[in-house]
Amino acid sequence: MTATATVRTQEGLSADKLRDAYRMMRTIREFEERLHTEFATGEIPGFVHLYAGEEASATGVCTHLDERDTIASTHRGHGHCIAKGVDVKGMMAEIYGKATGTCHGKGGSMHIADLAKGMLGANGIVGGGPPLICGTALAAKIQGTGGVSVAFFGDGASNQGTTLEAMNLASVWNLPAIFVAENNGYAESTASTWSVAADDIADRASGFGMPGVIVDGFDFFAVHEAAGEAIARARAGGGPTLIEVKFTRYFGHFEGDQQTYRADEVARAREELDCLKRFRARVTETGELSADDLDAIDAEIGQLVEESVVEAKAAPLPTEADLLTDVYINY
Amino acid sequence: MARMISYREAINEALALEMRRDPSVIVMGEDNAGGASAGSPGEEDAWGGVLGVTKGLYGEFPDRVLDTPISESAFIGAAVGAATAGLRPVAELMFIDFMGVCFDQIFNQAAKFRYMFGGKAVTPVVIRTMYGAGLRAAAQHSQVLYPLFTHIPGLKVVVPSNPYEAKGLLIQAIRDDDPVIFCEHKALYDMQGDVPEGAYVIPFGEANVVRDGDDVTIVALGRMVSYASEAAEELAGTGVDAEIIDPRTTSPLDTETIIESVERTGRLVVVDESNPRCSVARDISAIVAEEAFGALKAPIQVVTAPHTPVPFSDVLEDLYIPSTQDIVNAVKTATDWKR
Repeated sequence: MTATATVRTQEGLSADKLRDAYRMMRTIREFEERLHTEFATGEIPGFVHLYAGEEASATGVCTHLDERDTIASTHRGHGHCIAKGVDVKGMMAEIYGKATGTCHGKGGSMHIADLAKGMLGANGIVGGGPPLICGTALAAKIQGTGGVSVAFFGDGASNQGTTLEAMNLASVWNLPAIFVAENNGYAESTASTWSVAADDIADRASGFGMPGVIVDGFDFFAVHEAAGEAIARARAGGGPTLIEVKFTRYFGHFEGDQQTYRADEVARAREELDCLKRFRARVTETGELSADDLDAIDAEIGQLVEESVVEAKAAPLPTEADLLTDVYINY
Repeated sequence: MARMISYREAINEALALEMRRDPSVIVMGEDNAGGASAGSPGEEDAWGGVLGVTKGLYGEFPDRVLDTPISESAFIGAAVGAATAGLRPVAELMFIDFMGVCFDQIFNQAAKFRYMFGGKAVTPVVIRTMYGAGLRAAAQHSQVLYPLFTHIPGLKVVVPSNPYEAKGLLIQAIRDDDPVIFCEHKALYDMQGDVPEGAYVIPFGEANVVRDGDDVTIVALGRMVSYASEAAEELAGTGVDAEIIDPRTTSPLDTETIIESVERTGRLVVVDESNPRCSVARDISAIVAEEAFGALKAPIQVVTAPHTPVPFSDVLEDLYIPSTQDIVNAVKTATDWKR
């Protein structure tokens, strides 16, 4: 039951599926790189935590999901939102605090959610999501929808009681739940090699009666395969799985973080490990997709994100009346 | 003809009726099914929760009454999550004191979803929890913490004072689309009252005028309503005619009924078993001072527990809990007041 690599041979992905996966990863990257630039201008309020570098995780998991399924996310939630189909322009407007945003400017970067898409929210509380997805998984089980629920959480949240309690409950109730520990090496500025007492977060799975696997988070195909196996098992009533995804984030904990706690690992990761570069190299080498295919997606996404920024900047702000609405359904 | 049942039975009946009516209603909590799902030997549904409030439900609804580990963060969070996904969970947080280990899921998650998500979330979760002193259960099993929930926008908070109120308010809580904290006073579980057999709802935010009177307004919460009634009987013998208002819910709060009453009587005594600082008693006092200052003939009197933890020793706990005599004394202070 402890950390064992999956050995099942992956079914081939069609060219369309590969294009979708690349488009998803490219959208996340473009969105985050652009936010990094725009945040520096001072026009974006509050805190922004960027997901660049981690795209293979959200994409490798969410390409298995459909409208029956729910995910919960973290501070670093933009990638999960995009991967679960939340509208990119609505997200950008939300981050700019505009009335046209996904949450009408009341949530912001840390609370983007779209329940109609099965996206239960980025979360400002470390470890806030895992208990919630036990509930959505329970609902799917009781209602017999075949849906699964996924909690993405970081190495920081892997030490929160809520996360550990949720893993135990998911096994006790035999829920269709997947716990994806995104270990990017640092909880804020504190190294996970210090804060996580186990060798690997995945080791904790055995304590909660579920399989635990470790995957290379820079490799879309590795995440996709591990997630596919866990999700198929969960849909079939086989219970939860813990997947530890290891990688590096490309930006600081939040925008403005001087990152004095780490050395040059980002430059190396960008150069040698980057998930988009590796994806491109692999699919063009096998001939599954052409460089032109991928370049066309890059151009399309560049245009989408450019439009999202232009429209967000031009969008109306919330009005004073919005302050008091949507606290209750009725009161 | 009166149909007398207990506060405990009234709550159980409300749960059973709503579970029969609506298949999306589920019940979860510690010892709710007594480990029956694990096929352990012994009686299934042995406890029905630690004080037996859900007893019998598992037999009728084995798929919708869930046992939980003693893991409040996980299962209160699961109830919240399930509420966003089409269920109407009623989670039992055994003692309100245990909010300390799961408060994040209540006040940062459930309470804020609708607002943070731009009005798109619906979270119809009910958290049933018992509160209050009187069982010699000491500092971590006896607190009156509804003021903490009342403070949080996005939560509704219910404090039923008798069996009739408990049944109608719980059915309303289950049918309500917002998160509800339903606070049951553990010393009231055996209280008998006349309760109709079928389902009925008591709307939130509508106070109950328990007793009409012209000389003083007593606003009392939860268990303190019956204490106030005893005090009013005693005061009637001395020629003081007290009006008693049970707000039923502290959020929303029916300020209109309270202010209307104080404008007539000119005197207010608020009785609240919680600690005094930032209490519902002080909140109601402040609202009346702001909105009906001109009507007041005497300073507002507040009867609460002292600013201490709940003590264990029976002599101390009896001193801790506001008494009928404390209420009588407060009313006398108000009626005897001379400028």
